[in-house]
Amino acid sequence: MRSFVGTGSLVRLALRRDRIMLAVWIGIFVVMAAGSAGATVGLYGTVEDRVEAAAAINNTPSLVALYGIIYDESSLGALSMIKLGAFGGALVAVLAIILVIRHTRSEEEAGRLELVGATVVGRNAPLAASLIVTVAGVLALGLFTALGLAAAGLSVGGSFAFGLAWASIGIAFAAVAAVTAQLTASARAAIGLAVAVLGVAYVLRAIGDTAGDGTASALRWLSPIGWGQQVRPYQGDRWWVLLLPLAFFVVVAATAQVLLGRRDHGAGLLPDRPGPAMAGRGLGGAFGLAWRLQRGTLLGWAAGFVILGLVFGNIASNIDGFLGSASAIEMIQKLGGVKALTDAFMSTELGMVAIGASAYAIQAVMRLRAEETELRAEPVLATGVKRLTWVWSHLTIAVLGAGALMLAVGLGAGLTYSAETGSAADFWRVLGAALVRVPAAWVLAGLVVAAFGLAPRAAVAGWAALVAFLLLGEFGPLFELNQYAMDLSPYAHVPRLPGGEFSVVPLLGLAAVAAALVAVGLVGFRRRDVPIS
Amino acid sequence: MTVPSDRAITVSGLVKTFGHTRALDGLDLTVNTGEVHGFLGPNGSGKTTTIRILLGLLRADAGEARLLGGDPWRDPAQLHRRLAYVPGDVTLWPNLTGGEVIDMLGRMRGGLNRQRRAELLDRFDLDPRKKGRAYSKGNKQKVGLVAALASDVELLILDEPTSGLDPLMEEVFQQCVQEERRQGRTVLLSSHILAEVEALCDRVTIIRQGKAVESGTLVEMRHLTRTSIAADLAVAPDGIATMSGVHNLVVEGTRVRFEVDTDQLNAVLGRLVATGVHSLVSQPPTLEELFLRHYQDDLSRTEAPAAVPS
Repeated sequence: MRSFVGTGSLVRLALRRDRIMLAVWIGIFVVMAAGSAGATVGLYGTVEDRVEAAAAINNTPSLVALYGIIYDESSLGALSMIKLGAFGGALVAVLAIILVIRHTRSEEEAGRLELVGATVVGRNAPLAASLIVTVAGVLALGLFTALGLAAAGLSVGGSFAFGLAWASIGIAFAAVAAVTAQLTASARAAIGLAVAVLGVAYVLRAIGDTAGDGTASALRWLSPIGWGQQVRPYQGDRWWVLLLPLAFFVVVAATAQVLLGRRDHGAGLLPDRPGPAMAGRGLGGAFGLAWRLQRGTLLGWAAGFVILGLVFGNIASNIDGFLGSASAIEMIQKLGGVKALTDAFMSTELGMVAIGASAYAIQAVMRLRAEETELRAEPVLATGVKRLTWVWSHLTIAVLGAGALMLAVGLGAGLTYSAETGSAADFWRVLGAALVRVPAAWVLAGLVVAAFGLAPRAAVAGWAALVAFLLLGEFGPLFELNQYAMDLSPYAHVPRLPGGEFSVVPLLGLAAVAAALVAVGLVGFRRRDVPIS
Repeated sequence: MTVPSDRAITVSGLVKTFGHTRALDGLDLTVNTGEVHGFLGPNGSGKTTTIRILLGLLRADAGEARLLGGDPWRDPAQLHRRLAYVPGDVTLWPNLTGGEVIDMLGRMRGGLNRQRRAELLDRFDLDPRKKGRAYSKGNKQKVGLVAALASDVELLILDEPTSGLDPLMEEVFQQCVQEERRQGRTVLLSSHILAEVEALCDRVTIIRQGKAVESGTLVEMRHLTRTSIAADLAVAPDGIATMSGVHNLVVEGTRVRFEVDTDQLNAVLGRLVATGVHSLVSQPPTLEELFLRHYQDDLSRTEAPAAVPS
């Protein structure tokens, strides 16, 4: 156990560094969960109301794919938490991943771990400490959430089951991040890899939940998010399911410690091969550099979007298979038939994917800020490269990249969907519906450019804006916000395609807003000092 | 346009504040074309801020900065094609190789001398195929140096370029700068390494708290320093203590120890010889003493310019 010496002091150091960030995160989760519960308790007072609402969700495959199944349609807690169970769990997982990488690979990459490692600290201590802090953090998050839910009027047993289910998802992905931290030498890549695993886990449970009684339904048991849902809070509280993520954590975290022993300090297990001694033809200016820095990330995202598209197209084309009962089919016919149902499904899914494309655009523009603070912009701007050219080089990738991602998802969904319906027109309809989402992503990119030019330290506000718009869209109707507030979100202006009415005016409007924000940012950047750290 | 072509850099009355901190407080700096100019000062004295203003990255609050006959804030990209810059802490892109960075920065500047690139890689013993994250501090610095030295430019701006280099590589660097000078290039060299400055620089500017406190050739500066004398005389000395330029006099019988301002050396030695000298040891003046004097913050409170740091 000598290799774990010093774990205690590292835990204290990590808690000291994270005390504010952790408290804020936990607070956000608790408020989100308790607020959502409180609103639902008020809206669905009677059992009949609840059964109707729950049945509507269970009969809508897009919602089942996105959120999961309500197993007990009369349960108040199950209905209240359906939107947050899997989706919120994934956010808890992101928090866990960030926490683990922040105290392991990021520290190692920055050289600070070396400083700490030279004191009386065992080889396995830093990883152990980061896991302890993360597990304790998500457990606290789960417990406070449970208290918040119980206070909002949900059953106490179910609330604790829900809180622990959330925590269990975080704990499982803490172990995943512990492994990816050993694989790559860069923190950014380690986070990317762990988030990719999270994406796969989410898709596995989506396939499992929409497979009805088919064999594919077993796929949900391959996913830590699926485990969290199978605890079935407020619907029988199956505590034994929590043993699965616990066992997963023990095995995977131990694997990470073993991998740690097999690599050098500062290195990843995935090898760093020597590269070219001379620059290729393309690497000669700002655009060549930006493309080189961003192409790997873009290609990774694009591959993910193609797969998402293929999956959605497939689910959409099989939607009538989910409609078991005759009464459900009758209800659907009244609502406009199967076509309208699949269109609504497509539109919902493409809307969610569009948020992902916006996140891509934001992080692509944020590269400018990272290049500046890490002092890599300075040597480039000290050459013949003009300031505005440099900004455009990364902005172009964000703007075209967001378009390429929606194109990728549209192609994937259009292909599998039209292959099933046999209609080429369906392909173009789906592709078009994906592409109308692009200008909203540009607005987010524009926001980041404006902040970067005028108040660079506030550039992270782009992420806050994305979360705010997402919450406005998801919870605005639930809290009955007025239309002006909801119209602040660029996503509120996107035509609901396919199925909805197409209008070019809002798209031009969004593009104009994005262009104006970019112009403001460019003027600001031309006048300001570089670097502002 | 009004700047004569024999001035590569002219800076006058430059002021730059960051919040409440006054980083530059009326700085003057002149670098002649074709000279290697040393730029010295303690940490936080404003060297890097000055260089960033000269590169058009920061905007001066007041004063004027001219570089190669142009205004660095108004037309930076044009001027940057005629200069190369090495920051004090070269940060590389983790997934680009050293060779790629050298070529890329060279192309962004408008060209690279391939033959010189190969020769420099060889002399600095640098492997260009490694990824940025795999280089040690010294090797990162070499990447920046090769990228700058392999460019065909008129002006090199080097901000503590040798931090992290081993003595062998320091030697290579000095040879390279000598070669640049022979080719008629101008070099602004910010440095803490006094031996490097003595070996390379024609003129030196010392900056403290955002102001230039000393500027001139090294020969001129040597005049500002003192020679240490220890002598055994025929009889007990007389009147030395009252001579101008003599400091820290210690008399033990016929033996004396003191320091003398270099420009008073002749007169004082004449007096010693008149007394009769049995033995004499003299230590030459060092620039180190001068630099240390300017590096020490509290010195402005003591009166004489030649006061001794105790």
